[in-house]
Amino acid sequence: MTDQTTQTPLAKPAPAKSGLFGLEGKDATLLLVVFALVVFAPFILNPFPEGSGMAQFNAGYPDLMQRFVIFGIFAIGFNILFGLTGYLSFGHAAFLGVGSYAAMWSMKLFTLNVIPGIFFAIIVAGLFAAAVGYISLRRSGIYFSILTLAFAQMSYALAYSVLTPLTGGETGLQIKNTDNPLLSSIPEGEIGRANLFGAQMGSSYEMSVGSWLFTFNLGYYIAALFMLIAFYLSIRIFRSPFGMMLRAVKSNQQRMNYTGLTPKTYTLYAFIISGMYAGLAGGLMVAMDTQVGPERMFWTASGEVVIMAILGGAGTLIGPVLGAGAIKYMENILSKINKDVLHQWFAFLPEGMENVMVEVANIFVGKQWHFTLGIVFMLVVIFLPGGLVEGAQRVTARFRRKKSTSNTPAE
Amino acid sequence: MSSILSVKGVNKRFGGLQALGDVNLDVAENSCHAIIGPNGAGKSTLLNVLVGKLIPDSGSVVFDGQSVLGRQPHEINQMGISRVFQTPEIFADLSVMENMLIPCFAKRDGAFKMKAIGAVFGERDMVQKAEEMLAEVGMLEKRDMVASSMSRGDKRRLEMAMCLVQDPRLLLLDEPTAGMARADTENTIELLKTIRRERGITMAIIEHDMNVVFSLAERITVLAQGTPLVEDIPDNIKGHPKVREAYLGEAQV
Amino acid sequence: MDQIIVQILNGLDKGSAYALIALGLTLIFGTLGVVNFAHGALFMMGAFCSVVLSRILSSSYKVVDESQTDFLGNPLQVDVFYVQDWFGDAAGATIMDWAVPLAILFSIPVMIFIGFAMERGLIKHFYKRPHADQILVTFGLAIVLGEVIKYYFGANPIQSPAPEALSGRVDFGQWLGYGPNTIIYPMWRLVYFFFSAAIIAGVFAFLQFTTFGMVVRAGMADRETVGLLGIDIDKRFTFMFGLAAAVAGMAGVMYAPIVSPTYTMGMDWLVLSFVVVVVGGMGSLPGAVLAGFMLGIIESFASMPAVVDLLPGINQIIIYLVAIVILLTRPRGLMGRKGVMED
Repeated sequence: MTDQTTQTPLAKPAPAKSGLFGLEGKDATLLLVVFALVVFAPFILNPFPEGSGMAQFNAGYPDLMQRFVIFGIFAIGFNILFGLTGYLSFGHAAFLGVGSYAAMWSMKLFTLNVIPGIFFAIIVAGLFAAAVGYISLRRSGIYFSILTLAFAQMSYALAYSVLTPLTGGETGLQIKNTDNPLLSSIPEGEIGRANLFGAQMGSSYEMSVGSWLFTFNLGYYIAALFMLIAFYLSIRIFRSPFGMMLRAVKSNQQRMNYTGLTPKTYTLYAFIISGMYAGLAGGLMVAMDTQVGPERMFWTASGEVVIMAILGGAGTLIGPVLGAGAIKYMENILSKINKDVLHQWFAFLPEGMENVMVEVANIFVGKQWHFTLGIVFMLVVIFLPGGLVEGAQRVTARFRRKKSTSNTPAE
Repeated sequence: MSSILSVKGVNKRFGGLQALGDVNLDVAENSCHAIIGPNGAGKSTLLNVLVGKLIPDSGSVVFDGQSVLGRQPHEINQMGISRVFQTPEIFADLSVMENMLIPCFAKRDGAFKMKAIGAVFGERDMVQKAEEMLAEVGMLEKRDMVASSMSRGDKRRLEMAMCLVQDPRLLLLDEPTAGMARADTENTIELLKTIRRERGITMAIIEHDMNVVFSLAERITVLAQGTPLVEDIPDNIKGHPKVREAYLGEAQV
Repeated sequence: MDQIIVQILNGLDKGSAYALIALGLTLIFGTLGVVNFAHGALFMMGAFCSVVLSRILSSSYKVVDESQTDFLGNPLQVDVFYVQDWFGDAAGATIMDWAVPLAILFSIPVMIFIGFAMERGLIKHFYKRPHADQILVTFGLAIVLGEVIKYYFGANPIQSPAPEALSGRVDFGQWLGYGPNTIIYPMWRLVYFFFSAAIIAGVFAFLQFTTFGMVVRAGMADRETVGLLGIDIDKRFTFMFGLAAAVAGMAGVMYAPIVSPTYTMGMDWLVLSFVVVVVGGMGSLPGAVLAGFMLGIIESFASMPAVVDLLPGINQIIIYLVAIVILLTRPRGLMGRKGVMED
C-alpha cells in the first residue's frame, strides 16, 4: 500500500497532539479518522479486484463516492437540528432542492465555476429556511413536523407546476447549449460544463495496481473537502455554548425560559444552519451533475434524511455520516444485484437448493432493496435506538469487558 | 427598608373562580418573605403572575421600579428574578456541569447569543463560576453526572444552584421542600439560611411546611381564597386567630 | 349553484377516504397513544384485498373446446372459471363482477388479523417509547409492507373495476331539479360516499352505545384511571387496533375501483391523512371526520378551472396551505384537546 499512498493528492497529516483546529483530543481523533477515510475512500471502497465476483461490492466509483459525501453533508446538517434540539423536520428536502435550483441558475446565468453556485445555494437555502423555520417553529411536536412537511410539499408542487419558468417544471433544469453565462466564454452552440477555475468536475485520474483500479475524481475531492469542513463545523457547534443551548432546548424549554433564554430563537438558528447545510448539499449535487428536478424536494427525500440520521445515530457526531453512507451504499450496490448474480453466488449448492436460495435472497436485493432498508431501519429503531453508533459502542464495550474479565480471573 | 417587589391590587379570574382578589404584597429588599395559605389559596397563581406565566386581569406588579406585567418569562429572569419549581425543572439529559453553565451564559450573554464556534469548556471564567457554585452547594464531585440520574434531593439542590449562580435580585421558591424526607428538609433549610446569610439574596417563598416557614421567613403573608388575610412577622402570625380560622382542619398551626 | 354542488360531490369521495383513514389513525392514537405511520399501508392492503379476491374468483383452468378453432384450425383452449363451474354460468359471472364489494367480507377478517398481528407483534412494545420512535418504527413497517406488495403484485397499478350495475353514472341534476346532464356523477363514487358514511356512523354508534365503546372512550380520556378500575384495557386496545385496521382496509377495498391500487398508495395517502388528522386535532374523532370531508371538498373547489386560472397551482397546494393556516391560527387543530402531542 505504501506506493499508493504517496500518490494521493493530500499527504497524511501528523497525529493530533492537542487542539487540532481547536478540537479536544477525542474530537480531533474523530476528525482525523474521517479525514483519512474520505481521502483514501477510492482505495477503501474498492477492496475487490476488477472482474472478480465481488467487484460489484466496490463502491469506489466517483458517482457514488460523491453521493456519499453530499448526503453526508445533508445528514450532518439535519442532525444539527434534529439531533440537538429534537425538532423533527419532515421537509428538509425543500432546502436541498432550493439550493440546487439556486446553484443551477448561478451556472446558467453567472459563471460555470462551481464556487459561486455553491455559495448562492447556501445563501438562498438559508433564507428560505429562515422563512419556513420562523413560521413552523411557532408550533412544536408533531405539529412542527406537519408544518415543515406542508411547506416542503408545497415547494415541490409549485416547482412542478406554477414555477416552471424558474424550475423547468417536470423536466427540471439542465445546462443547455443556449446558456451563455456572463463570466464563462463558451463557444457558440457548445454545452458548458461545471468547473472549478477551469478544472472540470468530471476529470479523473485512474490508477491501476495489479487487477485493481482506483479512480481519483476532482469532483469527489471538492465535495469531500466541503464535507470535511461541514463536519468540522458541526463538531465545533456541538461543543460550543450554542450547541449546549440546543441540547437544552431538547431537554427542557420551560427551564430555559425561566433561565432568561429564548429557546425558539436558538432553535430557529439551528433550523437555518441545517437548512444551509442542505443548501450546500443541493449546490454540490448540481456541481457534480448539472441537473435538477422537483422530485429532489418530494417528501420521500425528506424522509430519507430522517432515516439516515436515525440509522447512523441521531445526536452523535459521526452517526449521520455513517447512516448516509449505509443507505447510499444499499441503494446503489444492493439494487444492482439481480437473479443472475445470485445464481453465480449460490452455484456451489445443488441445483434445487440453489434455486431456493436465489428466490429467498432475491427478496432482499435488486428492485427490492427498499425492503431490506425497511427491515434494517425497523431493527435499528427497535433494538438500537442510538443507531449504528450505539451498536458499535455496545460491541466495543462487550469486547472490552471480555478482555478485562479474561485478564482478571476473579473479582 | 425599601421594597424590591411591589404587587398592587392584582386580580385574576379563571372563569367563575376568583383565583386572586385584590392582592397587595411588598417584599422588602434583602429579606425572606413567606407566602402561606391553605390549598387553593392562590399561592401558585400569584407566583405564576410574578414570573410572567400568567397575566393578571388588573393590578400592577413592579420589580425594582419596572413593571413586570406583559413581559415574557425570559425577560423577567433577565431583570433578576429566578424561580425554583415545586418539582425540580432541570436539564435532565445534560450533565450537572452543563446545567450550571447554561444559567451562567444566560446571565452573561443575555437571552440569545450566537456563540457557535468556541468550545463551552474554553470559557474558563464561566466554568470557574459554575464550579464555585457547585462547591458551595456541595455537589462539585457530581459535576459530570447526567442530571436525570441523581436523587430528587440532589436535583432540587442543583436547581437552586442554577438559580443562585445567576445572582438573582429576587429568588422565588415554590415549596422547596415538598415531598422531601426530614433530613433533606433540614439540609435545605440550612442551605437556604447560608445563602441568606452569605449572599443577602431576597427570597419569596411559598411553603406548606410551617417548620420551614418559621425557620426562614422574616415576614409572612397569609393568603386565603385569593386574598391576603394578614401580613406580619412570624411571631405574630403563630397565634393569629384569623390564621387559625383559615387553616381550620389543618392541624399544624 | 349547480357548479357548487358538482364540486361538493367531487370532494366527497376523496373526503370520505380521508375521513376513514383519519378516523382509524385517530382511533389508534386516541386509544393506544401510538402514532401509526403504517396506517396508509393498511389502506393499501385493503385495496389489494380486492385485487386478491378478484384473482381468486377469476381463477380458471384450461379446457380444449372442440367447437372453436383458432386460425390454424386447431381446437381452441378456453378458460373455464371455477366459480362458473360451481354456481352456473350466469351466477358465476355475477360473482366475478361483484368481486370488489365481496372483498369487503373477505377483507374484514384479513385486516383484523393483520391489525392484531401488528399490535401484538410490534406496536405493543412501543407504548412506553417516545412518539418519535413510534413514528419511525411504523414508518419502517410501512416501507416493508409496500415492498412486500410490490414483490407479489408488481409496481404497476392493477385495475379492479366496480360491478357493472354500479359503474354507470347518475344524473344528479335531474334529481335536484336542475334539468338533465347538469350534474353527472359516477355511481360508484356515490356508493363510496354512502358506504363511508355508514362505516363512520357505525364506529361512532359502537363507541357511543356499547359498554365496550364506553370503556374505550373512557380510556381515551384517561387511560390510567380506567386501568385502576381493574378493566383490562390492553385487550380492548388490541381489539381497537384490529377495528382501525379493518376500517382502513374497507376504505381501501372500496376505493380500488376509483384509483387502481399500487404499492405506493399507502405512503401517498398517509401523508395527506396525517395532515387531515392534525388539522382535525390529534385525538379527536369528530375532528378527523370533519377535517377529512372539509379538505376533500376544499381540494375539489380549488381544482375548478376558474380557480386554477386565477391562482395557478392552487389545486396542488391547497391542502397544505389550509393545514398551515389552521395550525397557526388554531394551534391544536379544529377540535384538538390541550396538551396532546406537544412534547
